[in-house]
Amino acid sequence: MNMKAALLGAAAVLGLAPAAFAERGTDGEVKLTFPQAVSIMNPYLTGGTKDILAAAMVLEPLAVVDPNGVLVPRLAIEIPTVENGGVSADLTSITWKLVPGLKWSDGSPVTADDAVFTWQYCTDPAGGCSQATKYDGVASVEAVDPSTIKVTFSAPKPNPYTAFVSGLSPILQKAQFANCLGAAAPTCTDANTMPIGTGPFKVTGFTVNDTVTMAMNENYRDPAKPAFASAVIKGGGDAESSARAVMETGEFDYAWNTQIPPDSQAAMAAAGKGQFVVAFGTLVERLEMNMTDPSPDLPEGERSTVKAPHPILSDIRVRTALSKAIDRSILVEVGYGAGGKPTCNVIPGPEGWASDNEGCIAQDMAGAKALLDEAGWTDSDGDGIRDKDGKKLSILFQTTVNPIRQDFQALIKDWWTELGVEVELKAIDPGVFFGGDPGSPDTFQKFYADVEMYANNSESPDPESYLAQYLCSKIPSPETQWQGENINRFCSADYDALHAELTKTTDLAKRQDIAKKLNDMVTKDSMVVVPLVHRGTLSAHANSLGGVQINAWDMETWNTADWFRIK
Amino acid sequence: MLTFTLRRLLLAVPTLLVISLVIFLVVDLAPGSPMSEIPLTIPPEVRRKMIAALGADQPVFVRYLLWLRQFFWVEPASLFDGWFGTALADGEQRILSWQSRSPVFSIIGQRLPQTLTVIGTAYIVGILIALPIGIYSAYRQYSWFDQAGTLFAMIGFSVPTFFSGTLFILLFAVWLGWFPTKYDTQLEVRDWASFWQQARQMAMPVMTLGLANAAAISRYMRSSMLENMGMDYVRTARAKGMSERTVVLKHVLRNSLIPVVTVIALGIPSIFGGAIVTENLFGVNGIGAALIGAIQANDIPMVQTLAFIFAVLIVLFNLIADILYGLLDPRIRYE
Repeated sequence: MNMKAALLGAAAVLGLAPAAFAERGTDGEVKLTFPQAVSIMNPYLTGGTKDILAAAMVLEPLAVVDPNGVLVPRLAIEIPTVENGGVSADLTSITWKLVPGLKWSDGSPVTADDAVFTWQYCTDPAGGCSQATKYDGVASVEAVDPSTIKVTFSAPKPNPYTAFVSGLSPILQKAQFANCLGAAAPTCTDANTMPIGTGPFKVTGFTVNDTVTMAMNENYRDPAKPAFASAVIKGGGDAESSARAVMETGEFDYAWNTQIPPDSQAAMAAAGKGQFVVAFGTLVERLEMNMTDPSPDLPEGERSTVKAPHPILSDIRVRTALSKAIDRSILVEVGYGAGGKPTCNVIPGPEGWASDNEGCIAQDMAGAKALLDEAGWTDSDGDGIRDKDGKKLSILFQTTVNPIRQDFQALIKDWWTELGVEVELKAIDPGVFFGGDPGSPDTFQKFYADVEMYANNSESPDPESYLAQYLCSKIPSPETQWQGENINRFCSADYDALHAELTKTTDLAKRQDIAKKLNDMVTKDSMVVVPLVHRGTLSAHANSLGGVQINAWDMETWNTADWFRIK
Repeated sequence: MLTFTLRRLLLAVPTLLVISLVIFLVVDLAPGSPMSEIPLTIPPEVRRKMIAALGADQPVFVRYLLWLRQFFWVEPASLFDGWFGTALADGEQRILSWQSRSPVFSIIGQRLPQTLTVIGTAYIVGILIALPIGIYSAYRQYSWFDQAGTLFAMIGFSVPTFFSGTLFILLFAVWLGWFPTKYDTQLEVRDWASFWQQARQMAMPVMTLGLANAAAISRYMRSSMLENMGMDYVRTARAKGMSERTVVLKHVLRNSLIPVVTVIALGIPSIFGGAIVTENLFGVNGIGAALIGAIQANDIPMVQTLAFIFAVLIVLFNLIADILYGLLDPRIRYE
């Protein structure tokens, strides 16, 4: 047995050997295709994942997060911790050391000043920086010496790895962006489309919303990488055509976000030219229960606000019954195939952070019916719909226009109808639903419905800021112009207190423990959030492309330096 | 003729101003926000700042007047600067796309050549197919050729391009492997090999659009020919003993082309407008693909500018069609 394992190990080493000894630029061109085209290469001026993915091949942060959710140094020598002295004992500062001899792709040296400048760039109030949260709580960034960066926080920060960590927060070259601060940021078209970086590639051509061409960066710190001499990202079309270009015609090597129906996935995989890869992050498709009354009979200012509790859904037994009636495995099978799995958690990962809550997976129609009976909702007039005190158990269920979501709506309506609940469905244009326009009645924040469905995720493996959305203070209301992330209007003093404790806790095991409790408080304990499907990002790569390590915690293009052609 | 043209051009100015205001209001009042596509992980305060940085929080009339100034003064001035090296538009804010923060006119400049090559070729191919079909169908009305031509036109009319395009992809790219499915916009035609590559990648979009164009034009050609075939001058020409060839191709065809030329001229703005579906399907980075992308992302400056340019082109080509009509048909005179 040991012998066999050793032989297998040796074979694996031999298989990897060509990659290890490859020289820079010997593998020709790597071609990527995105269903949405790249608009801009500056991650600080865009919220689009497509743009940040492309930028991650050129711009680099001090550290990235690997597929296991572990921090890996990039431009820094090592990850600073309290143990190695990089993080101060009182957690108010973190000191990064740059790798010696780092150069930008134009040959000039990378210094701590570039990091200081990047911080100034993103925190300028007139700049509209989309990654401003990465620099939340940062009091100052200083260049202690040309290769040492000290980030000081205004209060102790248990998770100091936000600024300059992950593809969302890379370092910009000061010399290139010096005249692009604040209101001038959008006018620097050349810098925004062809930023100078430290990554394995440099931009050589950019056509807006179409193609990015890149060449290998001769000044990349590892002389053997990248294996590809050039790279192209072609955008546009849809998920289906991107997947086809990799899986069926073989024109491209890598396609991002190829979320297509499960039957098409199987048909394309059968062509044998490529494979689908999936990474599970924290994206969860969920039902949000409205704890306030969305009735149009209420005056504006009270409708869907905490002043008017929901007449039906305020009862936890009704919410639980609605959850029990759903068969999540069928939803996955119909909508996502390999790209999804049933879940009962708002925080489905990374492993240490996810609660072991699985009680909702099995459908329990009988139990659901019993709960509604117990809650006093019975079908007294025999029309198939339950009622109580002369009021029908009737629900308005809304989501965005999207074929999978409409399938989900139809299935869930069937289950709820079987339960004796009258369901009215509504589908809203995603631009309106997520648009946040306070004048529109159809935004997800305004929530003029009883139940709504969409997906959301945590932007970092550590869910502290993600869990903050269920605080009482984040409830959207007319006073806040309907802004706020607490869509359900859930409010619990215990939750707020426990979250405050999380922001002060530094011990990882304790943090994970608190996060699990917070997760359970909004899901199984209160059924305010009813998670349905843990969605992965499905991408496709050609069989001839090696080194792909899909990553849910950082950009999928995080390791393009290691990609190579299998010969 | 000159006074007529001048009068029409002057009339076009208020028309276009009203059109620009209507487009602006429609685009602006349409629901949605430029921030609707960004992930939910970006908090509301940051969103608000991003919207403010775009200038999207200004009142609608301020933005309209700013756009008018940018469109009619800053953009022509910066074009002039580009040609003559002057500095008229220095420090002026050009029309910037919200999506990409690049000047809208540079994006149009990048994309127009692709649209003109692909859609223009499809239009020419469509005309070249349509005219002979129309002529012969009318000459041999109700023959099997006419029936086949009618069937062809029927298919071209009724099958939408998203269907025929996908069918072509499956047939010619996936099964036969003849053509690429994605248009390579970086390809430069330098030698025969790259020309061949360009021809191969243009084949499917041109076929898809050419079919639809040919269908419409062949029907116009046919009905116009039929109308003229029964005229007295045709009988006279035949009575004079002219050959069928001369009668059909010289007398009838020339007279029948008058309305067809007008139809063709009126269709030209749609070449500039691109073909939204076809461009998107084959990844041709033309104007149509830019428009649909901008609409999806609520990129108001881009949508507004493109829609207005289309309006200008339509007004312009209507005028050109009218003038052409007068030139071709001696019976029509504008005074």
